[in-house]
Amino acid sequence: MKSCNLNKRLRSCLIGTACAVLLPVIAQADELSRAAMLSYTCAGCHGTNGISPGSIPSIYCKTADTIEKALKEYRDGTRFSTVMGRHVKGYTDDEIQLIAGFFGTYCNEKIGIKK
Amino acid sequence: MSKYTRRDFVKAAGVATASAIGILGWPIGVQAKTGNRSKVVVIGGGYGGATCAKYIRKLAPGVDVTLVEQNKEFITCPFSNTVIGGIKRIEEITHKYDKLKQRHGVDVIHDLATEIDATKKTVKLKSGKTLGYDKLIVSPGIEFVWNKIAAYDEKASEIFPHAWKAGPQTLLLRRQLEGMKDGGTVIITAPADPYRCPPGPYERACLIANYFKQHKPKSKIIILDAKDKFSKQPLFINGWETLYPKMIDWVSKSAGGTVVRVDTKAKLVENDTGFTYEADVINVIPPHQAGAIAQKAGLADKSGWCPVNQRTFESTLHKDVHVIGDSALAGEMPKSAYAAGSQGKVCAAAVVAELGGLNMPEPSYVNTCYSFVGPEYGISVAAVYRITDKGIAAVKDAGGGSPKDVDDTFRNMEAVYAQGWYDSTVADMFE
Repeated sequence: MKSCNLNKRLRSCLIGTACAVLLPVIAQADELSRAAMLSYTCAGCHGTNGISPGSIPSIYCKTADTIEKALKEYRDGTRFSTVMGRHVKGYTDDEIQLIAGFFGTYCNEKIGIKK
Repeated sequence: MSKYTRRDFVKAAGVATASAIGILGWPIGVQAKTGNRSKVVVIGGGYGGATCAKYIRKLAPGVDVTLVEQNKEFITCPFSNTVIGGIKRIEEITHKYDKLKQRHGVDVIHDLATEIDATKKTVKLKSGKTLGYDKLIVSPGIEFVWNKIAAYDEKASEIFPHAWKAGPQTLLLRRQLEGMKDGGTVIITAPADPYRCPPGPYERACLIANYFKQHKPKSKIIILDAKDKFSKQPLFINGWETLYPKMIDWVSKSAGGTVVRVDTKAKLVENDTGFTYEADVINVIPPHQAGAIAQKAGLADKSGWCPVNQRTFESTLHKDVHVIGDSALAGEMPKSAYAAGSQGKVCAAAVVAELGGLNMPEPSYVNTCYSFVGPEYGISVAAVYRITDKGIAAVKDAGGGSPKDVDDTFRNMEAVYAQGWYDSTVADMFE
């Protein structure tokens, strides 16, 4: 939770100068990161930010531990899936952790929904 | 919780400006070389262009993004086969651009890009307007190569529809199928690789067969193919045998499937050995190349497609111009809607990184495609891609098609997820 506090501090420090440069259309932008790059590939099916509008399960606001566990079980075949098992085989343990972290922390930081 | 972080890039790349990137995703004070806000123009509001425009704004709200799209509404090619098969209405696959502006601050201009000056960094529009850019993204989809199949030109497509760009052509083919007598024959000609939506012609055969089964059960479908194998082949053939026995004939290239000429008056097509096939409804999917503006701007090579740096999608022919989606030569990725969206996000990251003077994170790409064999029978193919020395390559032992031996419940789940895939890919462009 350390990073959240840091975020708040940064936000208040920067807000004065930021307004001149940025249009606050979206409350908070994504950081350009490997985690974002990996997680963006999930959004095609699971919806932007993991919020799915249809029949594919949403992944936002699940804990990172839950997501990591589920992804590894899909990969190992211990959890049933139609297509997820085929996908997860394409990622390393470290990458799975980054994806889990991205969606797992999205809830509080990004869309203001409390877990 | 400390093992999970979204700040890996900052640590890994050791970017000096990391603290300035901060929560706002954009280095404060970094301006375009012109001294003003950075300007990005995106040509083409399909899966590639719209997704890219939205994700640039998501990563860098300080960048001005203008999307140039000639159509006021977006009719998706995905699921257009469900309209042809009479399962959905075209209104159900038609979407507005409003939310790109409202939610993401993308300036959407409904106009046609007619010229690109890569030296002056300007785009000319049909209306006479000129747009300047720091970075240009070109995502124009495909253009047909008319007359490559002799006598098949735009005029001929009003009689033998291609229905390979969704819209009036989709409805034309639907009307022709509705008007056909029971016991009639439909021909679908499938092009050689590469082409948009590799499983598309075979899904189309399925959904036409599904319509015939209910309304015109004596009718037949012949697929004349310019290749000897196709996407999801064992799954489709298995589906045809299960749901539509003896209704669909597939003629491979080796068996004479390559169509070289059409005759719209005689209602026939001719193959490369001079043999002719007659039918009541003829759907010709002609060969394609990169979209018109890409050709005109000199972004395509001799292959007809656009070579790019597959890490950033920047054209290898023009600096600061990126090409994504069907027009791009994207290594092992197919020309699909999902692939275009995935490329759009990688390209967004590359553009934001360059404009902001940041290192680009290692890209990651995915393709996921669903096809309907029947309304309650779905199949899928998936792949995860990485950048390699040889360009974008699929991760071995990952991805692949749906399993062959599964029960009806599994197929039904994939049909339900196909709709979910559709809803999510569209939302990922606009919402």
